[in-house]
Amino acid sequence: MDLAVEERGAGTPGASPAVAMRGITKRFPGVLANDAVDFEAAAGEVHALLGENGAGKSTLSNILTGLYRPDEGEIELHGEPVHFHSPRDALEAGIGMVHQHFRLVPPFTVAENIVLGEHGEDGGGGMFVHPRSIERRVLELGKRYSVAVDPRARIWQLSVGEQQRVEILKALYREARILIMDEPTAVLTPQESEALFVTLRSMAAEGRTVIFISHKLHEVKAVADRVTVLRGGRNVATVPTADASARELAAMMVGRQVELSSRRDRDAPHPTTTALEVEALTVPGDRGANAITDLSLSVRHGEIVGVAGVAGNGQRELAEAITGIRPPSSGRVRVDGKALRTSDPRSAIGAGVAHVPEDRLGTGVAPSLSIADNSVLKSYRGPDISQGPFLRRRSIYRHALELIKRYAVVTPGPDLRARDLSGGNLQKLVLGREFEGKPRVLVAASPTRGLDVGAIETVHSYLRQAARDDVAVLLISEDLDEILALADRVIVLYEGRLSGAFDPATSTVEEIGLAMAGGEHR
Amino acid sequence: MTLQIERRLQQPRWLSVAVPIGSIAFAFLVMAAVLGVTGHDPLHVYRDLFDSAFIAEGALTQTFVAATPLLFTGLAAAAAFRMQVWNIGAEGQLYCGAIGAAGVALQLGPDASSPLVIFAMVICGAAAGAVWGLIPGVLKTFARTNEIITSLMLNYVAGYILTWLIFDSASYWRDLSSIQARSFPQAKPMTENAFWPTLDLGSGTSSVVIPLGFLIAIGIAVLLHVLYKHTKFGFEVQVIGDSTRAARYAGMRTRRKILAVFAISGGIAGIGGASQVGDFSHTLDADPNGLQKSYYGYTGIVVAALGRYNPFAVCLVGFLIGGLQNAGFTLQGADFPSGLVGVMQGIILFCALGGELLIRYRVRWSSDAPVAAEEVQPASVEGVP
Repeated sequence: MDLAVEERGAGTPGASPAVAMRGITKRFPGVLANDAVDFEAAAGEVHALLGENGAGKSTLSNILTGLYRPDEGEIELHGEPVHFHSPRDALEAGIGMVHQHFRLVPPFTVAENIVLGEHGEDGGGGMFVHPRSIERRVLELGKRYSVAVDPRARIWQLSVGEQQRVEILKALYREARILIMDEPTAVLTPQESEALFVTLRSMAAEGRTVIFISHKLHEVKAVADRVTVLRGGRNVATVPTADASARELAAMMVGRQVELSSRRDRDAPHPTTTALEVEALTVPGDRGANAITDLSLSVRHGEIVGVAGVAGNGQRELAEAITGIRPPSSGRVRVDGKALRTSDPRSAIGAGVAHVPEDRLGTGVAPSLSIADNSVLKSYRGPDISQGPFLRRRSIYRHALELIKRYAVVTPGPDLRARDLSGGNLQKLVLGREFEGKPRVLVAASPTRGLDVGAIETVHSYLRQAARDDVAVLLISEDLDEILALADRVIVLYEGRLSGAFDPATSTVEEIGLAMAGGEHR
Repeated sequence: MTLQIERRLQQPRWLSVAVPIGSIAFAFLVMAAVLGVTGHDPLHVYRDLFDSAFIAEGALTQTFVAATPLLFTGLAAAAAFRMQVWNIGAEGQLYCGAIGAAGVALQLGPDASSPLVIFAMVICGAAAGAVWGLIPGVLKTFARTNEIITSLMLNYVAGYILTWLIFDSASYWRDLSSIQARSFPQAKPMTENAFWPTLDLGSGTSSVVIPLGFLIAIGIAVLLHVLYKHTKFGFEVQVIGDSTRAARYAGMRTRRKILAVFAISGGIAGIGGASQVGDFSHTLDADPNGLQKSYYGYTGIVVAALGRYNPFAVCLVGFLIGGLQNAGFTLQGADFPSGLVGVMQGIILFCALGGELLIRYRVRWSSDAPVAAEEVQPASVEGVP
C-alpha cells in the first residue's frame, strides 16, 4: 500500500482552516469523553484522527456533526464560529459523515437513499422526486470520484464496499465540504481499501477536507497528510504523517512503547497430529441460502490456521457449525478422530472445543450476570462447581477470583456485571474461561475486533500460548494483518467456499486480498 | 433551566428502599389533593384506610384473605418473568387449578381423611395449572408463537370452560341433586374434610386468622428463592433469561428449561386456584361475576413487577396490596363512592410503578440546554451562509 506518495494538497497556508475546534470538552455521567481537545483540519487535506477505543474520537466527530453539543469550547468553519443545534445544522454547513454502520434503507434504490431526508429543490422536496436528474448526478459524481454505483440498484443487492460508496455519494450529493469517515476500512478487502484511498485523495485534491478516523497505523500512514492523536479524551499531538513512524504513532496512541505485531514473529510451529477435521461441511445461513458450501479443512495440534475473508462470507456460520451452535445440512466435524454430534454445543464442549465467539457480549457471556457466574458458564455442571442439583456458590467465587488474577482482568471484583467490563477485559475473561477448560481445539472468531492496541497484544499472546500448549487454533478474522502475524497457514473464505490456501511466509497481501475478493482480476 | 433524565451508572442499594417509600408518600400527597377537591378530609381518610387495612378488629384477617391469591399469582408471574418468559396467563391457570382441586376433592368424597384431601387438592391444582401453562410454553418453544398473546388468550378460554362446566353442561362439577339446583345452576358443595384449616393467632378482638394458602405461598417463595439462587436449574434459567444465545453457546438445553418454567409458573397459579376453593369458596365458583371478576392473575403481574421478581418482596407487596384492596371495600359507602376508591388505588399503583424509573435513571436540572440529537427541525446556524 504505497499510495502515500501521491500528490498531496496541503491547503493554503495562512488561510483559516476548514475546521477548527478549540478547547472542546464533553462530559458524560462519570466520563470525561473530551477534555479541552483542539483539532484543526485544512481544506484540501486528509486528516487522520487516531486513537484507541474510548480515546474520544467518536465523541469529537459526533460534536462536529451536531449530534452532541460540547459542554465547553467552540467550533469554527472557515474562520466563522458555528453553533450546531442538530445534525441538520451541521449537514447544511457542509459536514458529511460516513458511519461505520451504514445508515441506508435496504429495500430502497441507491438514488432514493441518496435523496432521503433531503429538502432541496431538485431532490425529494415536496411530493415529487425527479429520478432522472438525481440518477444523472449520481452517475456523474460516481465517475468523477471513482465511486461508481448503479443508481437504480437496491441497497440489499450491493456488496458492503458498494454500500459504502453510496454513503460517500450521499455526502458528495449534499455538497459536503468536510467529510468524516469513521473506520471505513473495517469492512473492506485490501484492494477495496486502496480504491477508497484513491477516492479520498481525489476529494482532498479538489479542496475538500477528509477526516479519517482509524486505529490502523499503516492506513493512516498511507492516506493522511496529517494526523491528530487522541488519548484518554485529550489530544496528544498533531503531526504530519511523513514525520512520524508507525512505531512513534503507536507509542503516542497508547502512551508507551508497544511491540507492533510484525509478520512471522512467533516460534516455529511444531504441529503434530490432526486435531480438528471438518469434512464437506454445508451450513445453511439465516436466510436459507447456504452460508458454507462443501467446506473441508483440518488443523493440527499446536498449529494456528487463519481463516481470512471479508465480513459476511460465512465466517460466523463456520464457527457456529464447528462448535455445534448451528446445524449443518451435511458434513461432519471430528475432533481427534471422533465425530461430534452436529447441532449439539454440549458435544463440542465435551470433546474439548473451546470457542471465542465473534459476539462476545451477547454470546460469549450473559451480559447482566456477574463475572463470577460467567466464569462458570460452561463448567457449572462439573463436580467442583456443583453438587447434585445445587451450586457451590463459594467455589464459584473462588474460581472467578483465580481467573481474574491469572488472566489479569481489571475489575473491582467478581460481582461486577459482565456488561460493565471494558472490551479488552471482557475478552480476557472469555479467553481465560475457555482456556481453563483445557481445550484441544480453540475456535476464535474476530477475537480482537474493537479492542485497543494494548488488549490486542494480550489476546495475541494468549493465542500464541495456546498453540504452544498444543491446542489446535482456528483463527477466524477479517483483519489480515492479524492473521499474517499469527497464523502458520492461511485459508481464505469467499461466499462460503475456500478460495485459496496460503503460506504466510511466502505469500503477499495482494495475493491473499485477491482471493478474499473472489479471485477476479480487476 | 431544563430537565435532564440520565441513566444511573450505579444503582445504590438504599435507593431500592427509598424510592418505593418516596413513591407511596408522593401518591398520598397527590391523592390528598383529589380528596380535598371532592370534599373529604385527607388525614381522616388515610387514618380510616390504615385502620381498616391493618388495625381494626378483623382487619388483618381480611387483609390476609385478600392477599392470599395475589401472593400466588404474583409468585407465578415472578417465576416466569425472571427468565424473560412473559406468562401472563396466571388468571386462566388459577381457574384451572380451582377446577382440578375441586374435582379431586369431590372425587375423594366425604369419607377421605382431611389431610389426604387437602394434599390431593394442592397436587391436582398445581398439575392442572401447569398443564394449562404448558400450552403457551409448547407453542413458544416449538411453533415460536408469542407467549404474551397465547397465554393471555387462554385466560378467556379457561374462563369460558369454567362457566360452561356449571352453567351450560351437566358436568361432574355441577350440582344436579335437586330441582332447585337444576334450575339455578351451581357447583357441588365441598364437604368439611376439604375445607383448608387456618392458623389462628391471638384471641378475642385481637385475633388474626391466617389461611393455609397464605402459608403455602410463603413456602413456595422460599422454594423459589432456593431454586433460582442455589441450583444449576436456576443458573440456567438466569442465563437463558439474559441471553438465549449465550445459553446455547454454553450447551444448555433451553427448550426444556423454558417448558419447565412455564410448568412451574402455571403450577403456582394453579395452587392459588386450589386455595380459592379450599380456603374460601368451598365450591367451584364459576359465576362470571365471581372469581372471574377478581382479576387476581392481572393484579399478580403488578405485584411481581413491584417486587422486582424477588419472591420475598413479592410476598410483602402482595400483602400490602391485599391491605389496600381490603381497605377499599371498607371505605366505600354513601359519602365515599367506589370510584374514588378505584382512583386512590390507581394513583398508588401508578406512582409506585413510575417510581421504578428513578432507580435506573436520575433526573437533573441543568442550566445549559441538553443534547438535542432528536430535533431535526431546521434551526439557524450563525455565521454560515
